[in-house]
Amino acid sequence: MADLDDFREATRRWLTASAPPSMRTPARTSDDLCWGGKKTTYPLETQRWLELNVERGWTAPTWPREYGGGGLTHPEAKVLAEEMATLSLRAPLFGFGLAMIGPLLLQEGSEALKKEHLPPIVRGQVRWCQGYSEPGAGSDLASLQTKAVREDDVYVLNGSKIWTSYAEKADWMFILVRTDPGAKKQDGITFLLMDMETPGVTVRPIRLISGASPFCETFLTEARVPTANVVGEENRGWAIARALLAHERTMIGDIFKERGDAGKLVTAAREHLGGDAGKIADGVLRNRIAALEIEQACLDLTMQRSRDGARAGHNPGHESSIFKLVGTELNQERRDLHCAILGPEALGWDGDGYDAEDLKATKDWLRSRGNSIEGGTSEIQLNIIAKRVLALPGA
Amino acid sequence: MDLVLTEEETMLQQAAKDFVTSRSPVSRVKKTFEKREGYSPELWKEMAKLGWLGLTIGEKSGGAGLGHRYLGLVLEELGKGLVPEPVVSTLLLGAFAIESGGSDAAKSEHLPAIAAGETIVALAHQERRARWALAAVDATADPSAGGYVLRGEKVHVMDGTLADFFVVSARASDGVALLLVPATAKGVRADAESRIDGRSCATVRLDAVTVSRDARLDAPESGLGLLERVVDAGTIGLSAEMLGGMSAAFAMTLEHLKTRVQFGVPIGSFQALQHRAARLYVETQLARSAVMYAGRVQDGLDLTASVARAASVAKAKCSDAFVRIAHEAVQLHGGIGMTEEHDIGLYLKRARVLEMTFGDATYHRDRFARIEGF
Repeated sequence: MADLDDFREATRRWLTASAPPSMRTPARTSDDLCWGGKKTTYPLETQRWLELNVERGWTAPTWPREYGGGGLTHPEAKVLAEEMATLSLRAPLFGFGLAMIGPLLLQEGSEALKKEHLPPIVRGQVRWCQGYSEPGAGSDLASLQTKAVREDDVYVLNGSKIWTSYAEKADWMFILVRTDPGAKKQDGITFLLMDMETPGVTVRPIRLISGASPFCETFLTEARVPTANVVGEENRGWAIARALLAHERTMIGDIFKERGDAGKLVTAAREHLGGDAGKIADGVLRNRIAALEIEQACLDLTMQRSRDGARAGHNPGHESSIFKLVGTELNQERRDLHCAILGPEALGWDGDGYDAEDLKATKDWLRSRGNSIEGGTSEIQLNIIAKRVLALPGA
Repeated sequence: MDLVLTEEETMLQQAAKDFVTSRSPVSRVKKTFEKREGYSPELWKEMAKLGWLGLTIGEKSGGAGLGHRYLGLVLEELGKGLVPEPVVSTLLLGAFAIESGGSDAAKSEHLPAIAAGETIVALAHQERRARWALAAVDATADPSAGGYVLRGEKVHVMDGTLADFFVVSARASDGVALLLVPATAKGVRADAESRIDGRSCATVRLDAVTVSRDARLDAPESGLGLLERVVDAGTIGLSAEMLGGMSAAFAMTLEHLKTRVQFGVPIGSFQALQHRAARLYVETQLARSAVMYAGRVQDGLDLTASVARAASVAKAKCSDAFVRIAHEAVQLHGGIGMTEEHDIGLYLKRARVLEMTFGDATYHRDRFARIEGF
């Protein structure tokens, strides 16, 4: 315990001394975050904060030092997270590398793949995207049809992927392909790592109802990927894909919460509904805000309970489905409630007639409707809970 | 503060589970309700022997001083079995009030007796048409030679027909006071209120009841502040009981979905019902986290956290979740769920009573907003 107290003290001192001023304010949009990668230039302080953390391996605090991670124990990592939160510091690096493919490679990857891919993730040099869904394979992901035919030491890929987040900014993709068209649908899938610079790979952004384009369609025409890039074994990719989905669900459940910005609805409510610095004048909306924040508190505590349980050696169950289901619905309620508070001011699309914050709130509401679809729909999460947790009979 | 059970906590949980299974199955509870017996003195003594009635009482006063989170685990198991013994009233309202505000003499007189299962205490604070407002106190405590004279009426007194002592809120010249009143004192009358859940409840009338100066429970804060702390402790305990109740109602419903066959298949194979069951399961998990957190905050494991806030989060969540699960449980059981023969209806009735005790979800959302400053 004394060691942990020393660690806390030293960590606080370092964070206070090192964090640039702009990193001490909450991020407003995902564009404010550092996702790393070769194709994006970040503001000076963002870049500096990244480099300072990379030196200590604190972009990936619990990953082993040999791959560039911080090598911290879980209690130490918790202290680091607490100290970061206390100082309202932004995480130095975000993305699918840290949250998804990295943890998966640590679990399932060969030594060669770990050595090749983990250090660039930790350093923020390579940004990853996810090639899962296809136009014909959404909730029924295992029916995917992108073909990979083996020719000596490469696979030749043909097909297309859809909903690949930020594919136009990504350097690498982890992708599910069909290597055995004759097998049962779950049995002929392989999990591959693919450089986005591979000839035959093209990307087209998809414009959403919010006007933003966070997703892309990725087309693969005779794209040649080395067989050395298989994670696990050929035709055994489905189990790996599912293991990774659990990482993704936890990330999505958590990511939408506006940390350090919990008072936003209250501020908007006072401004639009009256009630100055005290009680919000509209009792119904006030009760809705309280209901939302109570539910959020319950979800946060459930996520903490799951983390604490894992640290104590309990096997993780399927909590990630709960996090995904509840986290996205809370985000949707938060955005919907914000519009309810704004009233007719929630109808603006662009221009000077509307307040910039209010325009953002409206776009956020539109975007949030996708939260319960992407990364496994709410209905899929309910299926998972019903079957794997409650052991209800097959339908 | 870790939200994971320690080995010691897990052992206590198992002991409580075993006790309910072997000593108080629902069939026993039903008989107690039908005969309006309130509780079993024999089981109460057994609980004392197991050490449960001293879990929250300090070691100096004859208890184990383990804490509220331990009693919460016991209450969860008692809630699963709808066990009617007056644990929340006696320990979390009575003993907690005495330990927080009683004189040394009062503590040494009552706390060891409570831990030994010899004394039952109830909180008489609520008044007619006041809903849950703690400050709505019309009962009076007028000064008299050497003490006070109490007059007034208290309603919905949980376990009021069983109590040896009442903790009464009354208006004194210097504000709301809490006073410890023997049920046998001249002028005290407890009339049973018959409620849907069959548990003990009373209207308590105080007709010029004389108590000594020592009967007053004084705390560093006002009497109203002490009352709020007492009710928070009770609320957190009730939330644990509600968690047990909703978990049991859900487990019964899940079993029904797996075994009830219609159209040639178990009805739990239908996706429309699977999704409803999954939603209810999620509710139990969210409620569990809120209850676990509140017990730990009450025990001071996170001194930066507010007990009042944690209590309101837990009670708001448990009120909504338990009633929703109980409603759905009856629907998913179908016609059998409407019969008196089946146990699920008992959980529905208990859910409504607990929801309406110490504030429903709307009340606690309002209180949460006040605590958060909006």
